[in-house]
Amino acid sequence: MTVLTPTAPAAVALDKRISPLTTVRNTLTLTWRGLVQIRHNPMELLDLSIQPIMFVLLFAYVFGPPMAGSVEAYLPIVIPGIIAQNALFATMTTGFGLNVDITKGVFDRFRSLPIARTSPLAGRILADTVKQAWSMFVLLGMGMLIGFRIETNAFAVLAAFLLLLAFTLLVSWASVFIGLSVREPEKVQIFGFTIIFPLSFLSTAFIKLSPGTPDWLAFVMRNNPVTQLVEATRGLLLGGPVAAHAAIAIAWGIALAALFIPLSIWQFRRRV
Amino acid sequence: MTHAIQAQGLVKRFGETLALDGVDLTARTGTVLGLLGPNGAGKTTAVRVLATLIRPNEGTAKVGGHDVVSDAHRVRQQIGLTGQYAGIDEMLTGTENLVLIGRLLGMPRREAKSRAAELLERFDLWDARERAAKTYSGGMRRRLDLAASLVGRPHILFLDEPTTGLDPRSRGGLWDIVRGLVDDGVTVLLTTQYLEEADQLADDIVVIDHGRVIAKGTPDELKTQAGGQVLEVRPVTEADHVTVSRVISELVGSVPQVVDGLVRAPITDPAVMPAVVRRLDDSGVLVAELSLRKSSLDEVFFALTGHGTDEVEETPEALVKEGTPA
Repeated sequence: MTVLTPTAPAAVALDKRISPLTTVRNTLTLTWRGLVQIRHNPMELLDLSIQPIMFVLLFAYVFGPPMAGSVEAYLPIVIPGIIAQNALFATMTTGFGLNVDITKGVFDRFRSLPIARTSPLAGRILADTVKQAWSMFVLLGMGMLIGFRIETNAFAVLAAFLLLLAFTLLVSWASVFIGLSVREPEKVQIFGFTIIFPLSFLSTAFIKLSPGTPDWLAFVMRNNPVTQLVEATRGLLLGGPVAAHAAIAIAWGIALAALFIPLSIWQFRRRV
Repeated sequence: MTHAIQAQGLVKRFGETLALDGVDLTARTGTVLGLLGPNGAGKTTAVRVLATLIRPNEGTAKVGGHDVVSDAHRVRQQIGLTGQYAGIDEMLTGTENLVLIGRLLGMPRREAKSRAAELLERFDLWDARERAAKTYSGGMRRRLDLAASLVGRPHILFLDEPTTGLDPRSRGGLWDIVRGLVDDGVTVLLTTQYLEEADQLADDIVVIDHGRVIAKGTPDELKTQAGGQVLEVRPVTEADHVTVSRVISELVGSVPQVVDGLVRAPITDPAVMPAVVRRLDDSGVLVAELSLRKSSLDEVFFALTGHGTDEVEETPEALVKEGTPA
């Protein structure tokens, strides 16, 4: 047997590991990738813009008058609710994209490159967060166009955005887990709809709790994390109690992340 | 002589399945090692271990002089990987896909762009460079995928079934590209289930089946190893094939195969050929075609594994079972 000699040309020194700066750069490059995708996939832009607008219009004009007496009276209820619901649906993008990358082999390519191990996921989550912020902006803008009024100040609005982004960032780990678990990307969406639809309708996102609501249902609705998120958002946009709702919402988010981060790592190791 | 890839005793389990059962591999620097085997033989698993995507349960492997487990980052700086499924982002254009890889490898924007342009031109994708990769044909995707694995100028390249599902023309084009890379000094590990592909490209071949190496050597060595030669005789008058068969079976001791008037028999003794000629001459049989050739890799493969490359799932028994009413 011949002696094994390194084939690397002597002139090129190989790095033993990745520097933190490279990790940041890799993550930003992959964030760019997640965003530039939109340019070639107009459907995604539609998803991010038209669908929220359509939801605002439908809910406000169809449900507004019977639910609150008028469109104007319903807007303070429904706009924060739609923003929160849309944010939850948008978390599924992360799992969907991750699943596409894995099934198409893109993930393998990234993992064979000398880049930070965390950057493919971190880049994707960061890109999805930017998309999230865009959707929220579109929703709020659309709401204001048809008569929604912010009763607080710019800082409170910013805080509302940050709260929603923090919550979705934590909850997106559930989406990552689903993305790693199912065989086809379409199943991520099916899963997402099945969980998020009842979750958002069993909250105070679209209605106020009425005395007629059965006790058990009121209990479920009051303790639904979405309710806490929606109430905190309402408080930040319209005034009212915020701290307790926000704290409970974030606590839920942390609990979900604490459950789904280890599950995701376990599933990742099993899958690849 | 140096070895760009060297693996000893690789074992990989997936639950109950033993995907690799003690595989040894060696690729000489600057050559093509063909990893040949049917579907599910463990080829892809071997590539994934060597490309640092999964860790072996047992055994060690060095790629480019570094351990694939303990020094994975150094290995990754030297390799390129083209998987069975083209690892390209379908939502991005050809240019964007390659620029992305260049940027990830730490190239400044300008360099990443010029490298992308260079590769797009070389792989005949220039006209499609501004189109999203989802609009590409199968052959174009494979070429873009290969280009993506070459952005960082790797000197070790893993090609996992690079031509599966391609039409013959695209396949030939890919072969030319691989030959060009080897001329540039790149070491290539190529997995394939096409014997012709291994025969065309590989300097050395390792045949694996059920996670084990069952044969290794140069294509010529393998052909000689597994059954020597094949004698083929085509009589001028088709009816004479009966005489030809009888003569050959008397000399070889087994009944030859007759396909479309061509009588074919595997032989090990080179003295059979002149004897056949003499006997046919004595019998007055005129011969239109007479050849003695090495066994094809197909025949070698069949001899080694007991099944062909394509019909792993379709053994005669399985077909009979399916065909029999329950």
